[in-house]
Amino acid sequence: MTGIRTEPITINLGPQHPSTHGVFRLRVTFDGEEIIDAEPVFGYLHRGTEKLAETRNYVQIVTLTDRMDYLASMSNNLAYVRTVEKLADIEVPERAQYIRVISAELQRIASHLMATGFLLNDLGALATPLVYCFRERERILDLFEMLCGARITLSYMRPGGVFQDAPEDFWPSLDSLIGDLPHYFDELESLITSNEIVLARTKNVGLLTDEQAIDNSMSGPNLRASGVKWDLRKADPYEIYDRVKFEVPIGAIGDTFDRYLVRILEMRESVKIIEQCLEQIESGPIRANTPFFIRPPAGEAYAAVEGPKGELGFYMVSDGGVAPYRCKVRAPSFINLTPLRDMLKGWKMGDLIIIFGSIDIVLGEVDR
Amino acid sequence: MTKIISGSDLASSLEEKLPGCITESNEVDVWVSPESLLPVCEILKDPDGLDFSYLTSISAVDYIDSFELVYHILSMRNNYSGVIKCRCSSKGNIRGEPTVASVTGIWKGADLQEREIWDLMGIKFDGHPNLKRILLWEGFDGHPLRKDYLG
Repeated sequence: MTGIRTEPITINLGPQHPSTHGVFRLRVTFDGEEIIDAEPVFGYLHRGTEKLAETRNYVQIVTLTDRMDYLASMSNNLAYVRTVEKLADIEVPERAQYIRVISAELQRIASHLMATGFLLNDLGALATPLVYCFRERERILDLFEMLCGARITLSYMRPGGVFQDAPEDFWPSLDSLIGDLPHYFDELESLITSNEIVLARTKNVGLLTDEQAIDNSMSGPNLRASGVKWDLRKADPYEIYDRVKFEVPIGAIGDTFDRYLVRILEMRESVKIIEQCLEQIESGPIRANTPFFIRPPAGEAYAAVEGPKGELGFYMVSDGGVAPYRCKVRAPSFINLTPLRDMLKGWKMGDLIIIFGSIDIVLGEVDR
Repeated sequence: MTKIISGSDLASSLEEKLPGCITESNEVDVWVSPESLLPVCEILKDPDGLDFSYLTSISAVDYIDSFELVYHILSMRNNYSGVIKCRCSSKGNIRGEPTVASVTGIWKGADLQEREIWDLMGIKFDGHPNLKRILLWEGFDGHPLRKDYLG
């Protein structure tokens, strides 16, 4: 093919593209079929959450956190209320901590199911695996509806506990769901894990080494898929995570398949955590006695939780008033996009979609 | 549990390697002078020394008379974390655009975070490979997270 003049071509993927799961634009430069450069462009959903937080009191901000990672509101709530509790030195009753851990783990399962379903969607297995994933997620959302009346924007947690105790019929429903979930995962895995097409498309695709992952501040399943055994629930246990036994699954080489598999294994561990919580939980108060207008002493605090997407942290500065002086979010989806360019270089258009999909970002959190 | 290295411990080990780099320190925090931010971060990341291999987050706070950058860093191998702060203000014009050294050469994970800080807080990072606005569009007037920004 000598003598033919070629030149790179730049293509815009998005912002309105079904595989970007939101409004995300990727300026990709191709040399023939091969990606030579990729530049993420985002901010289309920027609502200024951090600025809005400066004009609201500490209870009102809970509703803002729901709208960041809208597939994992519980984890957002937990990260936020934990920071306020650290800032204002609030003790949380034990029962509230158990309920929080149960709901955060349910949320992790729901979020990982979405990630898995949409990854398969991106692979071209249109809708079938996604519907399987939605079936289980639907039951989890039903449980959330029992807890707080909402399904997506939950606002269930408050600084000092949760807003109300779980109703009586919540516990039997949770029991039956926990019994069914492992079978659901088996079913899902029998469809996907040994599927020849999935293996051909995901194995050794979009590699991210452990050194790269650490250097790029990756967190969550993406970091663990690269073989780094780091989970805040184990490394720096918060709430009651030190009382439950669970494994931290890690991937072998950090390819797209590992990122998928780590999520499946994590969901199984989450079920184990919930089972142990159900054995240990006792009755008691569910909320500390805190005033509606919390006035933390002047100072600052950083607290983080292991959210479904990664380390979700809040850095808050108080000047002693009813609203925070500064409320900064360490958003895992946002920071996980850092190595995207390096991961995409050298791959083809079809691989781009699944490599990007396997990072599992939520644009509400990227743009805040 | 992740051990938190106190500000005074960090200050003494940094001061040993690079005298004069610390402007202030107490039990909790340590403030690094903006000029020595880059060498300090290199010392912090050194795998044979403190081994802070992971940059958790960079935050910027507007304290009106100066801006403060807060670096949360972590050593995964030894499971301890630390906080480094850096006060910066632009010479002459207090509300201008202060410039500090970019740490992207040390921790790549700083890339998008520094762009976000430039976009929303208006702190320039010297040596950043691609310092453009990230959440707002090019041509946007002002930096919204500043305390004197009127939206």
